[in-house]
Parts: sequence; structure tokens; C-alpha cells
Amino acid sequence: MKLELRGITKRFGTLTANDSISLTVQPGEIHALLGENGAGKSTLMNVLYGLYQADEGQILLDDVAQAFAGPGDAMKAGIGMVHQHFMLIPVFTVAENVSLGHEQTKAGGRLDLAAARAKVREISARFGFDVDPDALVEDLPVGVQQRVEIIKALSRDAKVLVFDEPTAVLTPQETDELIGIMRQLKAAGTSIVFISHKLREVREIADRVTVIRLGKVVGEADPSSTNAELASLMVGRSVELTVQKQPAKPGDAALVVQNVSVIDPRGQIMVKDVSFEVRRGEVLAIAGVQGNGQTELTEALIGLQNRVEGSITLDGKPLTGLGVRQVLDAGVGFVPEDRKEDGLVAEFSIAENLMLDRSDSGPFVKGGMLQLKDLAEFAAEKRVEFDIRAQSIETHVGRLSGGNQQKVVLARELSRDLRLFVAAQPTRGLDVGSIEFVHTRIVEARDAGTPVIVISTELDEVVALADRIAVMYRGSIVGIVPGDTPRDVLGLMMAGEPAPEVTAA
Amino acid sequence: MTSTDTRPVAPDSSPIVHETAVVRSWKTSVVLAVFTVLGAVLLIGFGREGTSGFRLASDGDFFALPDMAVSTMGAAVVIVLVLAALTGVSVMMTLRYTKTPLWLISLFAFLLLFGFLTWAAAGATIPVPGLLVGALGLSVPLIFGALGGVLSERVGVVNVAIEGQLLAGAFTSAVVASITQQPFLGLVAAMVAGVLVSFVLAAFAIKYLVDQVIVGVVLNVLVTGLTSFLFSQVLSANPGLLNSPPRFDRIDIPVLSQIPIIGPALFKQTIIVYFVYVAVFVVWYCLFRTKWGLRLRSVGEHPQAADTVGINVARTRFWNVSLAGAIAGFGGAYFTLGSVGAFNKEMTAGAGFIALAAVIFGRWDPIRATLAALLFGFASNLQNVLSIIGSPVPSEFMLMLPYVVTIFAVAGLVGQSRAPAASGKPYIKA
Amino acid sequence: MSDKPEQLPVVTAEAKLADAGTAPTPDEPKSTRILREITTGSAAISVLAVVLALVIGGILIAVTDARVQATAGYFFSRPTDLLQAIGDSVGGAYSALFQGAIYNFRRPGFADGIKPLTETLTFATPLIAAGLGVALAFRVGLFNIGGRGQMLVAAAASGWVAFSFDLPFFIHMIVALIAGLVAGAVWGGVVGLLKARTGAHEVIVTIMLNYVAFYLISFLLRTPGALQAPGSNNPKTPGMKDTAVFPDLLGSGYNLHAGFIFAIAATVFVWYLLNRSSLGFKFRAVGENPNAARVAGINVNRIWITAMAMSGALIGLAGVSQVLGTVTTGFSSGIDAGIGFDAITVALLGRSRPVGVFIAGVLFGAFKAGGFSMQAAQGVPVDIVLVVQSLIVLFIAAPPLVRAVFRLPTPGVRKAPRAKKAVA
Repeated sequence: MKLELRGITKRFGTLTANDSISLTVQPGEIHALLGENGAGKSTLMNVLYGLYQADEGQILLDDVAQAFAGPGDAMKAGIGMVHQHFMLIPVFTVAENVSLGHEQTKAGGRLDLAAARAKVREISARFGFDVDPDALVEDLPVGVQQRVEIIKALSRDAKVLVFDEPTAVLTPQETDELIGIMRQLKAAGTSIVFISHKLREVREIADRVTVIRLGKVVGEADPSSTNAELASLMVGRSVELTVQKQPAKPGDAALVVQNVSVIDPRGQIMVKDVSFEVRRGEVLAIAGVQGNGQTELTEALIGLQNRVEGSITLDGKPLTGLGVRQVLDAGVGFVPEDRKEDGLVAEFSIAENLMLDRSDSGPFVKGGMLQLKDLAEFAAEKRVEFDIRAQSIETHVGRLSGGNQQKVVLARELSRDLRLFVAAQPTRGLDVGSIEFVHTRIVEARDAGTPVIVISTELDEVVALADRIAVMYRGSIVGIVPGDTPRDVLGLMMAGEPAPEVTAA
Repeated sequence: MTSTDTRPVAPDSSPIVHETAVVRSWKTSVVLAVFTVLGAVLLIGFGREGTSGFRLASDGDFFALPDMAVSTMGAAVVIVLVLAALTGVSVMMTLRYTKTPLWLISLFAFLLLFGFLTWAAAGATIPVPGLLVGALGLSVPLIFGALGGVLSERVGVVNVAIEGQLLAGAFTSAVVASITQQPFLGLVAAMVAGVLVSFVLAAFAIKYLVDQVIVGVVLNVLVTGLTSFLFSQVLSANPGLLNSPPRFDRIDIPVLSQIPIIGPALFKQTIIVYFVYVAVFVVWYCLFRTKWGLRLRSVGEHPQAADTVGINVARTRFWNVSLAGAIAGFGGAYFTLGSVGAFNKEMTAGAGFIALAAVIFGRWDPIRATLAALLFGFASNLQNVLSIIGSPVPSEFMLMLPYVVTIFAVAGLVGQSRAPAASGKPYIKA
Repeated sequence: MSDKPEQLPVVTAEAKLADAGTAPTPDEPKSTRILREITTGSAAISVLAVVLALVIGGILIAVTDARVQATAGYFFSRPTDLLQAIGDSVGGAYSALFQGAIYNFRRPGFADGIKPLTETLTFATPLIAAGLGVALAFRVGLFNIGGRGQMLVAAAASGWVAFSFDLPFFIHMIVALIAGLVAGAVWGGVVGLLKARTGAHEVIVTIMLNYVAFYLISFLLRTPGALQAPGSNNPKTPGMKDTAVFPDLLGSGYNLHAGFIFAIAATVFVWYLLNRSSLGFKFRAVGENPNAARVAGINVNRIWITAMAMSGALIGLAGVSQVLGTVTTGFSSGIDAGIGFDAITVALLGRSRPVGVFIAGVLFGAFKAGGFSMQAAQGVPVDIVLVVQSLIVLFIAAPPLVRAVFRLPTPGVRKAPRAKKAVA
């Protein structure tokens, strides 16, 4: 089926997220939509999928104009979508999820789950998936959940399939598998829109590439273009693809983690017998696919986990058993992986957010009372130093862009005297300019002699920042390898293969 | 392995089974031990002499069971010993890392209750069939309210307005049944009234995105104010015309109503009670076995996912909250058409809040919520019965019991249970 | 797997940014901006919500009025009769409401005429105190529906000290006051403790504790040697000793008592606490985003317990004010007079801001004072006040509805130069 978007414009209030975007996808073509975070890719696809209604422009399928009032209409017309955040109901089974919305029923409105199961098995067989229709979705690994999403779209006979940032949650090997599946679909005549900001993948799979920036199409590119060409088209200026840094000059071991296990409230062992150390002046990156225990390990470091076994010491002093307050007071700076949820109070001003983790004592609290003048001065200073773009320090952080929000978090954490800096997913969802800024700051912290831990699921980020890399898989550290370890080795380690001969621990 | 090995690794598709750490929870054993000690103190420490009677027969049984009489002290000693034994078993199981099974806890609770009744009935006789009949009656509005609450929360809208829906149902059914002299029209009117309250709840919660708990609380005040105002201003001016609805008669179900002990309670009731049986089953069946239920639950768990498969979230929520209102309103009619026979100011007296507690106690499951509502109804009626036979426990403490039990339940048992994930959260689309 | 459910952005990043576009741009002429803020701002919405609620209340009064119903029967022959009947019923009711709440023109002299206003402030006193308690909990993200229970235990504790102890003047009052505050704090703090320790939802626990307190106090009130007045069979306490009673503020001719001063002090205290203290900062942080607060080293559990205890103490002040100020001749289990629930509407109307709560408390105090005189003078049941109050809160909670009714412009949707997208 041929898909054509003509002059799609979508506004939110005064902001134009999509400005007259046109795009054509031929049957059996893989068309990549390349753009930075916030460029308007997802908005465009939500328009296509009927979740948003375009203010101007047309959607055509096989040259027939369509009007989608909701996703139901889009699906009926043959459009399927594999969402970046899976649209699956965790407490439902695979079969229930697949059938939801176009359920087959027996007499009396009774659900016909047998039919749904058969459908799941049939599509799984076609693509060589191994998916149990009766498994609860919340129990499945993310890679399999994504396949459920694909099955869901295919069970509705989708002729146009949209993959929205599908590789974000996959290991490199799983990504290769996915690319195989997309080729298989393409061969069967499905038109595919592949949304990504990862140049490598786009170049590998796309037949054609459309680049959008700030809501506008800035050009079509050939998949054979170089990374640098694509990147500069995407960002609008030439981009340094690597982080400028000198070789690390590691000092003594500052953080020593020994045989640490983390047990969650349900009694499950989320982190199992993990040991590593971080030296002064080096960046240790913890790599791995989302959900392999990195979150829990980070929380254990910071004092957010209740059941932690083993020992964690910082400069010889134990951190285990301490509350978050004491851990922070021991000199740990922390950038949480979900800044909106865990890092910032959206309804607080920039200034208030800057004192969030110093609300008990310190420069902004004297005798139990807030020192608002000191805080204002401090905030004004940090706003300049960290280039936080906002009307004033009284602006609510909820109104800032993701990049500026992250700068607020960094400003807060890096302006204390740190003995350890932990940054979890520090650039998730940021645009290239902000990513460069954050990376520079992290390297600066390292060069100032602070031991740094970066937890990231982005292999690019890991490779760019790390002096050493620890890879986690299902709660354990598969191995600790040097920062220049080849990507394919890291990829295998992320899938649980043990590290090759040497370790850098 | 060499570093150039790039053979694809298929994602392991088996459900992730985390290794579980050995968890030994002493909670249950400790609770049982505490209650054993309390039981011993009450039943033996404050032991009472004499015999305790239980009347098991009622008129019209197939065969009349004889009254049961036990020595109060003897029974107390036996029961405390059994309780201690059960606690011992629980401790043993905990030592062996196994969870104390539900049947053991249930047996424990039943024995404790029986012990308490024996103790309270020293020198008197408890009419067991009467206790059960009254208990079910008091549970009826709670069950309807709880079913309304379950539906509403399962679709993602917290329903604190159950009290208002019950009260609106009670008021409207009284007026309509009184004017038309048709109790069935009163039932219909009660459902309409409940739906109207739901409309306001739904409109404010879904369209205007107002905090659902706040709307619920305010709606309760609004309905209380409205019905009280109209009662004083209009109904009391002409009670003959407006506030003397015909009551439903009891309908004896042949044969079944003659079963000893439980027959009268279950099968010698008004039609509203029979509707309870139907309603509980239908709600359970539809919620878990039909397309409608699947969609309803999906909207309450993950509205965005439901939206992306073409389910209209706002509409699903709106109509199901309305349906929930109809069910709760129906329950309100029991106050006027089933038991009292006239409307009175604030006559629901917090039943809606108890129903809400039953929803949470019952973990958002229609069957369990019904059981919780029955428990509350039983506790209330136990107080009535004990005050008639002259109980040694001040009636206030008996009245307090369901609320204290709820606090314990919410704190101890339900704390970790999972509410529908999106319950209480408005769904904001672009 | 992470046991956090996948958090979905309900509002996409783009939409969030779109919000930023609604902030007033500096280049907008000042006069238009002020005008727009007045017509779309929250103050205007509040006033219009009150107007709208009063109109609906008026309609209810008119429709249920017997004379209006009678005259409606022959509307087409003499329509003026109906209009006059409506005018009489509604006008009469609201004028009685006003005269009962603000100033009574039928009384001679200012000192007598202004008496209703002092009544309003007397009614407002517990509403303000309890409203502050509910508002404080709201700001910490907790919903305290337990006002009734907290007031009852506070009243009981304070009353018990006031009628059974012999202490010097003033000291007795202070001791009784503190006893009440502590009792309220304990009754509220338990809720925070249960939430912190077991995750029990505070809405359920507070509702349940209301009943527990009610039955507990009922029991004590009919138990000789506890709260029951000696030699009496009624479930009622003896009168408070004079040494413990709040002094009158305007002499014995008026009911207004020192409790009002405490209410003012509480308002100032809560404002200072929330806006200037470290504890208040933590309260607000936990209220807005408990996850971020926890990650920032704030002990969320401790904040919940502290906040619920302080909330309970403030609501306790309402109970104390009832027994030591308003009803000093002894109390029964109805002493809370529904204030615990009214306080929720007061807090909502005041948008959980201390000054807003104070104003809302005075407004609802006026409704209460006026409502009773309306019932006495015009025979309009006082319950209409409940209707009007709840409507006000509903309307205030939904500004778009009020705007739609009065056809006001929506803020932010205006012809404006297109804001440039924020680029980091």
C-alpha cells in the first residue's frame, strides 16, 4: 500500500510541531524518518495513526484521501504501529492484548480467546517468533514484548507499519533480528516507516531517508550518505560525533562495591552478587539493555533500596544501610534516569529545584528557615554557568525543554563537593546540543578527579564516555572491559555472553 | 570466542523468572499469636459462667433443628486451645518458609468469632437465623454500592460518590414510588438518580479533569444538601403523597427458603435481595469473560494503550461510570423500598463509605468486594442482636468493629495489593 | 524487570512545550495583559463561581416555594404574580442570608446591627482552623477526610482538661488548648504512620477513624467517670470551667471569642511554614512529586507523618475552639457540627493557600450564620447552604465550565505572535 502525507501541519497552542510535512512511502519500501528528539517525528506519526488530528494537510493511502477520527479508523485503513513505549496492558495475557479492540466473541458477548491464541500462534509461526499466547505481558522481556506489538499490528492486517524508535530497548543483536523481520515484512509488500535518530541503523535498513528538523522536512537523503552528512542535516550544523576527552588518569579506588545483591519487595533478586570498583578520575559506564538490574543497582548505591546485601564503601566508609540523605551527605551526586519523575519537581521554580537535595541544612537553610536571597543569587549564577534557557529563575521547570531540565539537575548535583558522581541515562530524550553539553560536563567532572559512574542503555553514549565498561545482564555483571572494546563484543555481552579473554577489572 | 563473532542472539522469549530470595514473613503468625492471646484474655481471663445457647431453627424449616447449648467456659477453653494450636502450625510453617494457607486463617477467624459469640451469649440464646437475615439485609446496599465502586474504579475513575449515589437513589425511589404507588418504578427512578450523580462525576472527572476524589467528596455534600433541602422543604409538607412509598414484600422461594439456618436469610427476602445475586454474578461474568469487560479493564489499566487500538477512552469511562451509578442508585432504593419505608435526611449514614472500603478490602474484585460487604453487614447486625440479648460489650465497640477491621485490613492485608493502574488518573489526549 | 510500570507521557514533550507558549510574553501591552488576567484569572473564576452557585440556589428556592408553585399555575393570566412570588422567595431568602451574616438593618444602632458579622466570624473560626488543616495535608499530597474524628478527639481531650482540672486562669486555657492539639495530632498522625509504614490509603483510614472516634466519644460520653456530666443520664459533658474558657473579644454581648485570634495566628503560621521554612519546602516537594523528593534525600515517610500530625492539630484547634469558645456549656457527640467535612470545601475553595483558606472560611462562616437566620426568618431549610457551598467548589474546580457559562475567553488561546520553539 502506498502512503502519502501531504502538507501535514499540527500545532499545539502557539507551537507548530509539524510544519507542512510531505512524505511518500511506496509499497514494499522501508522509509526512514530521521530527526532529533523533539523534531516532531512522533507527532507526525501520531497524526498518521489518528491519535492527533492534523490542522492542515492530507493523508492518502493508495491515492485515496483518508480522514482518521481515531486510531480505530487508521487501523481499519491498514495502518499499524509499533510504539516506542509499548502499548500493551501489563496485567493482560499476550492473547488478550492482541485481541483487544477487535475481539472475536461467541454467543452472549463471550470472549473467544481460543481464536486469539490461534492468531498469535499463526503469526508467530510465520515469522519464527516464540511467543506464548497465555503469558502475562508484564512477565516478558522487552524484546518479546516488542514482538507482541508486531503481532498485534499484523493481526489487524496492517499494510503500512510504523516502527517508532524500535531499537531503543534492544541489544544490538536483537536489533539485527528486528532488521531481519522488517526485511521479511518488506518482502511481503508491507510499507514500513522507520523512525529513528540512530544514524547507523537508518543507513543499514532504509531505502530512502527523510530528515526532519524543528517540525519541517529539511531534505531527503540517500542511505549511502555518511554519518556526518546525515548528522549535520539532522542537527542543522556540523556535529562532533565523539566526545573530546583526554585519556583518564585514574587514581585510587574510591567506590568499592562487593558482592552486592538487591532484593525487591516481592522477594525477587534484581541484582545478583555484583562487584566492581570505581577509581578517582575515571568514568565507569554500566551498559546493558533496559531492565537488567541497572536501575536497582543505582538505587542501591543511592540508598533507595531497602534490601541490599553485600558491601558498598566510598573512600573506605560504608554506604550500605544509609538513607538517601546520608548518602548524599557523604558526597554522592546523582542524576536519576527519569528526570521528570525522580529528578525534578515540575511545579517548583528553577531556584527551588536547585535546592531540592539541600533542604535540611547547608547554604539555603539556616535555623530551619529558607534563605531565599542566597538561593536567588545562587540560582542566577547557575543559570548563567549552565546556560539554562528560561525567562527567569522563577520559571517552573515543568515549562522547560528536556535539555534545560537536565541542565537544572546537573547544576544542582555538580555544585556540591562530590566524592562520587552517578549519572543514570543522562542524555535520554535530549537533542544533540544538550547531549554534547551533558557529556562535556561529565568529562569535566572526571577530569577534576571525581569518580564517575554513567549508566546508559545507549551504546553510543557508553563508548563515547567510558574509560571502563561493565555490562549487566539479568542482574549480574557479565564482565568489565576496557572503554575501547568493540561494539559487537559489547553487544554480545549485553545478550548475556561472557566477556572475551581479558577483563579490565 | 573471538571478538568478531556476530551470530545473532535471539531474545530469550521465556517469561523472566527472577530468582526469588528466601522470604520469611512473620506477619501472619504474629497476628494469629496476638489474637490468640487476646482471645485467651477475653474468653478465659474475663470468662463468664453459664451456658450459651444458639437457636438454629426458624418457622417453616423442613425439620426443626434443636437449640444448641454449650457450657460457656468449656467452649472457651477448647476454642482457645485450638486457636493456640493453629498458631503453632502457622509458626511451624513460617519456620519452614511456607506461607500460612488461607484455609487456616479462615478457620482461625471462624473459631475466634464462634468463641466470641459463645462468650457474649453466656446465659442467653443467640437466634442464628435472625442474625443472618438481618446481616444480609444490612449488606444489600453495601453490595450494590461496592459493585458500583468496582466497576467505576476498574474503568479508571475513583468513585467516592457512592454515598451520594445511594442517597440519591433512596430519595428518588421514595418519591417516585410514593407518587406512582409502583415500587418497581421507584427502582427505575433510583437507577436514574444514581446515573445523574455519575454524570456529574464523569463530566467533571473526564471532561474537566478535576481530581476525582475531590469531585466525589463534593458530590456527596451536594446530594446530602439537595435531598435534605427537598426533604424539609417539599417532602415534609406532604408526606402522604410524596414520602410513603409501598414497600416490597418478602418473597419466599419454595423449598429453598425452608432450608434450616441459611434458608430464611437467603431465600425469604425482598426482590431487591434477589437482584443482588444476579447483579454480583453478572458483574463478575461481564467483567472477566466478555469483550465489554476486557475493554473496560484495559481502559482502567492503560488508557493510552486502549486508545491506540481504537477504544474511545472517554466514552468507555463515561458510560461505565454511569452504569456504576445506576447500580449504586439501585442499592439506595433498598433503604426506602426494602427496609425503612420512607425517606429520611442522611439516611444512608455512611454506607457509601463502607461500600468504598469493601471495594478496596475486596481488591477491586466483585466477588471479594461482595464478601467484604457481607462481613460489614454481619458485624453491624451482630451488634443489633447482641444489644437485644444484653451483651457485655458496650454497643459502641461493636459498632466500631467494622471500621477497625477495615483499618487493619487496609494496613495489613491490602497495603500491597494492586489497584487498577490508571484508577484516579485523568486521560489527557493532545 | 523494573517494577515501575512503564510511565507514559500523558502529555507529549511537544505539548508541554506548547504550554510554555501561553506564558505572557513581555512585549504584550501591559493594559491588555491586566485585563486578560482579570477576566480569565482565578480570582474572577472564584467570584463567578460564587455567583453561579447562588443563582442555582435561588432557582431551587424559587421552584420549591409554595407560592411560586401556586402562581405558576396561572402564569399566562397574571405573569406578574409569578415573578413577584419568585422575587419574594429568592429575594427574601438571600436578604435574610445577608442580614444574618453581615449587617442587620432592622436592629437599631451599629453595635446591634453589626452583630451578625461577629457571628459570621465566630462560625468562621473553626472553619478556618480545620480548613488550614485540610489544606496543609493537600499541599503534602494527602487527602485528610478525617476532620470529624480529629475534631472529636481534640474536643474531648480539651474539654476533659477544661471541666475536670482546677488550674489558674489562662494556664488552664493553654493546657486545655494543648491537650486538644495533641489529641488531634495523634489522631491525624496515626494515619500518616499507617500510610508510611504499610501503604494504607489515607482516604480510607481517615474515613474509618471518623467512625471509630465517633463511637469512642459516644461511649465516653455515656460512661460516668469519663466524659459524662456527674449526676446526669444524658450523653453530655459538664460545662467548661471559667478558667479554661476562651475570653470574649468584644464583650459578653457578642459570641466572638479568642478562638478567632488563634485562627488568625494559625493562618500566619501556616503561611510562614509553607513559604519560608525548610519543613514547608519539604512538605511542598513531597506534595508535588514524592519520587523526586525521596531521591533528593527527603524522608517522605517522616514528612507524611509530620504533615498528618500537623493537619490533625490544626483541625484539633477547630474542635478546641468549639468546646472552649462556642459551646462552653458542655458538649455531646455532635460537637463537630459537620465542620470536618465543610473544611474540605473551605480548603478547596481557598485553593489550599493559607490566605485563600482564611477568606473561604469567612465566606462559609457567613453562609452558616446567614443560613440559620434564613431558616428562622423565611423558612428556607438551612441545607440549601450545603448545596450552594458544594456547587461553588465544583465550579471553582472546573474553570472551563464557568468560562463557558459566562462566555469568557480561554486564557492562552489568543491571537499572538507564534512563540518560537524552545531549543536547548
